[in-house]
Amino acid sequence: MESKESLTMPVNEQEVKDSSRRIFLKQSSLLTAVAFTPGIAVKAADLHVDEEIAAVFEKMPLKMEVNGKPHNLSVEPRSTLLDILREQLDLTGTKKGCDHGQCGACTVHVDGRRINSCLTLGVMMNGKKITTIEGLAHGDQLHPMQEAFIKHDGFQCGYCTPGQIMSAVACIREGHAGSEHEIREYMSGNICRCGAYPNIVNAIQEVKNGGQAI
Amino acid sequence: MEKAININRPSSADGMSRIDGRLKVTGAAKYSAEYAVEGLTYGVLVGSAIAKGSIAAFDIKTAERAPGVLFVVTYLNAPKVPGFQPDQKGVRAQLKVFNDDKIFYNGQPIALVIADTYERALYGASLVKATYNKEEHQTNLTENFGKGYPPRGDGLYKRGTEDAWKSAPIKLEQEYMVPTNTHNPMELHAIIARWDADDKITVWDKTQGVKATQHDISQLFNIPLENVQVNSRFVGGAFGSALRTWPHEIVAILGAKAVKKPVKLVLSRADMFTSVGYRPHTWQKIGIGATADGKLTGITHQAYGQTSPYENFTEGAVNVSQSLYACPNVNTKYNLVALNVGTPTWMRGPGEATGAFALESALDELSYVLSIDPVELRLRNYAETDPENGKPFSSKYLKEAYQLGADHIGWNDRKQQPGTVKKDGWFVGYGIGCGMFGAYRSGATVKATMKADGTLHLQSAVSDIGPGTGTAMVLIAAEQMGMPADKISFENGASDLPQAPTQGGSATTASVGSAVHQACVELKDKIQKLTGNSGTDNPDYAQILKQHDLPLLEVTAKSTGGEGRDKYSMNSWSVHFVKVLVNGSTGVVKIDKVASVADCGTIISPKTARSQIVGGAIGGIGMALMEEAVIDHRYGRYINNNYADYHVPVNADIPQIDALFVNKPDPILNPMGAKGMAEIALVGMAAAVANAVYNATGKRVRELPITPDKVIA
Repeated sequence: MESKESLTMPVNEQEVKDSSRRIFLKQSSLLTAVAFTPGIAVKAADLHVDEEIAAVFEKMPLKMEVNGKPHNLSVEPRSTLLDILREQLDLTGTKKGCDHGQCGACTVHVDGRRINSCLTLGVMMNGKKITTIEGLAHGDQLHPMQEAFIKHDGFQCGYCTPGQIMSAVACIREGHAGSEHEIREYMSGNICRCGAYPNIVNAIQEVKNGGQAI
Repeated sequence: MEKAININRPSSADGMSRIDGRLKVTGAAKYSAEYAVEGLTYGVLVGSAIAKGSIAAFDIKTAERAPGVLFVVTYLNAPKVPGFQPDQKGVRAQLKVFNDDKIFYNGQPIALVIADTYERALYGASLVKATYNKEEHQTNLTENFGKGYPPRGDGLYKRGTEDAWKSAPIKLEQEYMVPTNTHNPMELHAIIARWDADDKITVWDKTQGVKATQHDISQLFNIPLENVQVNSRFVGGAFGSALRTWPHEIVAILGAKAVKKPVKLVLSRADMFTSVGYRPHTWQKIGIGATADGKLTGITHQAYGQTSPYENFTEGAVNVSQSLYACPNVNTKYNLVALNVGTPTWMRGPGEATGAFALESALDELSYVLSIDPVELRLRNYAETDPENGKPFSSKYLKEAYQLGADHIGWNDRKQQPGTVKKDGWFVGYGIGCGMFGAYRSGATVKATMKADGTLHLQSAVSDIGPGTGTAMVLIAAEQMGMPADKISFENGASDLPQAPTQGGSATTASVGSAVHQACVELKDKIQKLTGNSGTDNPDYAQILKQHDLPLLEVTAKSTGGEGRDKYSMNSWSVHFVKVLVNGSTGVVKIDKVASVADCGTIISPKTARSQIVGGAIGGIGMALMEEAVIDHRYGRYINNNYADYHVPVNADIPQIDALFVNKPDPILNPMGAKGMAEIALVGMAAAVANAVYNATGKRVRELPITPDKVIA
């Protein structure tokens, strides 16, 4: 039996509005260009100047500090902190595992607190201080948690590791590393599919008991 | 001085740390999606909304007009894949993605939207519309046994008398179900595809075998092999999902051809359920019979596993019943059922894990009927030679493994009568499950370069998906060369490096390790020819090269697949002991203690070996207690296609897990005495948990996962 039907998900109204706004901006900017001289308009179309002009309307300024370095960015409001870090700043140590706040691979510190950067829009970070895995060590001197993860083999493939380490540092700073049980609870937002959990717990306990400044 | 390591039971801090540990803890390790390739564009897949039929029409105009969108690839405008032509009718083969309008499963890629940023591609993908000619689909395995067929021949195996279990004094027959499990490695499958010329391509791709991927791309796109460069330096887990070339990889290459720019395609977590395989939903029935004193007389093992409409996927689900125990009469039957789903693939353990859940559960059930301790029952049926062919084992220390594990878990505290031990209001139970997997070795080549500064550089194409291959290779070379490990480096994961097999089937250390061993032997040989003596225990290689005015010394050594398979049966063995706590009111199962014991030959790298066994055990706990990809059969679509709804173990689910090793060399398989451990780390674990739950509660759960509702049902 055959039936013909459209099963495409309906596009929501706001998206339709956004896209018409976008088309309007494109067309009007092109029209403005045409009003000056046709030659420029053709060149403008070739160079996608309309895109460039329209893009200005779609982006917002973002000032944030990442690993001690100030950044002045222009970002789309829909861009997540995770994608800005990975795609615009080439800070790929912060990982994308699910993009839904379910796995913790994207964990970074914002003003000292651990957050899922995939659930955080970049524009919310204006004036904030971000620390990623790339900013944890002091030069060649690894952070004690990084050392402990190496010593206790707190990973296999290494993909969840940056998120685990950022989470582990925060876990101790929050005062949530008082016992093995407590560490397990407060580290359960970070999935490790290779199954390094016991080693991760051992690493965190060692740092907690070691008393180094973290 | 470093304290001696107890290799039988190393701690997490024992042994040499990973050679790539620093890169992994600093975020400097780069995975496939993380290369800043110039002119990069972004692709996002659109999947089919129906499970069977064809595409009636596309509306891609809105998507094409969306800001930043460069191109929308569909079957209507995609560049042709030479390897898909000519289309031989009747041949079951890989999905010919973007080749025609046919839809075989829900989520099948039907379009790729390419834009200048990821956000714009993602939005563009939401605007692609398709209408379909919908046909009736089938996604329910248990409703389609009638359509089952043997994958090759008659799918039957027999030794001795067929169905001999039926005439045994003590017998039982039960059905066991393993649902679809998804690998779901933490790293999303990703590829960056760049055409360097009309007949030249570079990809940064998540793959367990760069050489196999290179071969596939060369064949599919009709490009000379040497013009295909595949890079996969770091792989963020795979567990089998990156063992083959998948449609999305072909799609990214097509997209890059269409826009004449490099395309990065990162699958979404939802795509990971439909695009890169899974452990197939498999139904099994086991009939097992024994004498009153517990000698097995017959096993009959049947299985129906699902596959896709266009391709057969087979695995060894019934194989464990053929060779795990000394049983004179065994017959098995293996059938496939083609459903409207993507093709499954090997997932850690693969079929042996599925089969061992059934066999090791059935054996446990038998032990209660016989009132014989489950460990004792296994000892009474211990196979001293391979029951399938009578060959001696190259090595088998499973008895020692039983002893190590039983002592460690406190097996003596177990009561044979289920539901009789309680602690703090929770039922306490103990379970055992065994695993086996063939110990394989294939050909590999390694290049070893001794540099003027006395450091040694090893090169091999092999992928390292997480087990610590590089670390083990360095340790093999350190021992052979008599030099410190920190003076040895290992380079891997690129197709222009020397030949190595795909990382899979627990065979990497045996295969590539043998080539490293061989390279070291040949290098030492060269050095001895220079020095005229056999050297000392700690030769100063830098000095030797300097004396002979050599900038470097290099060898490229090839190791063959190994010999002895005609004379010996070669296998790794494991036994998992589990102690569980079960809440009688809620049905919640807590894993209290685990002792996983491996007979996998000599332990080369205690730290990473321990992690691999622990990781496999945790994978097995997930299989036992939580993992199940659920399809809504009305639409043929996965409904829990994310990490929140497809449950995998998290830290709170897992106690300290002890990995134990027999650590006795296998004298045949390879010069290091090592056997594989990736699969056996998981095979048998699900049954151990199920058996422990039964011992705790008297409730036998034969359908995984063992969720609370089934425990209190």
